[in-house]
Amino acid sequence: MRYLKNVVTLQLNESVCIGCGRCVEVCPHAVFHIHHRRAVIVDRDACMECGACARNCPVDAVSVIAGVGCVTGLLNRALGRKGDCCCTEDSCC
Amino acid sequence: MNSDKCCCKQSADCGGSSQHVRTLTPDWGVSDFLGMIRVRLGCGRMSYGMEPGLYAMGSPTPESPVLATANYKLTVDVLRRELGDRDLWLLVLDTANVNVWCAAGKGLFGTAELTRQIEATRLAQHVTRRRVILPQLGAPGVAAHKVKSQTGFHVVYGPVRAKDIPEFLDNGQDATPEMRRVTFPLGERLALTPIELRQQFRAALILVLALGLTPVIWRGWDQGLWNHGLRGAMAGVACWLAGCLLGPALLPWLPGRAFWVKGAFLGAALAAGLALTGVVQGLLPGLGAMLWLGAGVSFLLMNFTGCSTFTSLSGVKREMKAIPAQIAAGTMGLVLWSTGWWL
Ligand code: SF4
Ligand code: SF4
Repeated sequence: MRYLKNVVTLQLNESVCIGCGRCVEVCPHAVFHIHHRRAVIVDRDACMECGACARNCPVDAVSVIAGVGCVTGLLNRALGRKGDCCCTEDSCC
Repeated sequence: MNSDKCCCKQSADCGGSSQHVRTLTPDWGVSDFLGMIRVRLGCGRMSYGMEPGLYAMGSPTPESPVLATANYKLTVDVLRRELGDRDLWLLVLDTANVNVWCAAGKGLFGTAELTRQIEATRLAQHVTRRRVILPQLGAPGVAAHKVKSQTGFHVVYGPVRAKDIPEFLDNGQDATPEMRRVTFPLGERLALTPIELRQQFRAALILVLALGLTPVIWRGWDQGLWNHGLRGAMAGVACWLAGCLLGPALLPWLPGRAFWVKGAFLGAALAAGLALTGVVQGLLPGLGAMLWLGAGVSFLLMNFTGCSTFTSLSGVKREMKAIPAQIAAGTMGLVLWSTGWWL
């Protein structure tokens, strides 16, 4: 399944990359490859903005505005209600 | 090392550390199964946790691997089931009973908590190799290089799915590209639908009651309730089921990339189906059903982005621009639908 095109905030600064490969290791959607000992973005639209690559890059070569894309959470926030997302909401009896 | 463990069990006077190593077995009891069913239905998830700290699975030695995880009980249960009778250490972080993925997004499963647990459990005294295996889905919260500089422990990210961990361990702790890929298969999508259904239950109930009872005003009890009302209630239930169950199940096969588009198609198809089966009658109510079911299912399915494993925050923000159109289509659709009651 593919999501929207040309929408994510992922940025890679190839000039500072040291080619450690962490971004390849942590990305759940195979967005990066290592090519000639430098990271390259090979599938940008597959990025889900989880932020794992940016968090784990030792030289801050990657940046992304990370967050959970959750309509319920975003709406709740916009309406000033509690419950930041479906995964913590406890809709119990 | 061993004397260190014993001292904690025998006396409280343990150099300020109350840490002792607890043990875990792979077998599930009845309460584990019941607990899983309960939390899958969305009940008591936030209190389904276990004590953080260091656990021993089997009889680990100082050479055995260390796996870190969240203290959501279902996560630990799945891990111990998948890991069978292997000997290893399990470092359970305090993530406020939230699973790894959600906790990493909130920073609960994070660098600070991992380094804190490594120190509090005196992990370095239990193992010879300073290496800890984390679930890959914990990576959004943990900066591996900072853990290394703060504790000396090298972080290895393991596979996404617990069932791949045995193979990962046997492969010299090397994950294949497939093990690193997040997928969203039918089974996983369906597992999320009970929570989806109950989250939207109240809204669905209001819709069903409104569509079921309002026609009474014009048509009286007999016609209003048992003819128009019943058909409206059926359409309302169909909307709820399509948005929360059918849509997630059919997700890959629905046209479009945006969830709101997929939902609009499904809702319109549903309206066509209801017209063919005679639940919706007449041209104007039929058009109305197309609109309000399209809008309703579109909105409900758009909510499923929060559960999916491939949607981005930026993408969802873009999708939400469809909300005004959904409201407009929904209102217009309901007005057209109501012509069936009073025309
Ligand atoms: S994690 Fe950073 S430094 Fe390492 S390969 Fe990726 S971009 Fe380059
Ligand atoms: S933000 Fe997540 S999905 Fe996107 S490239 Fe980084 S690791 Fe991959």
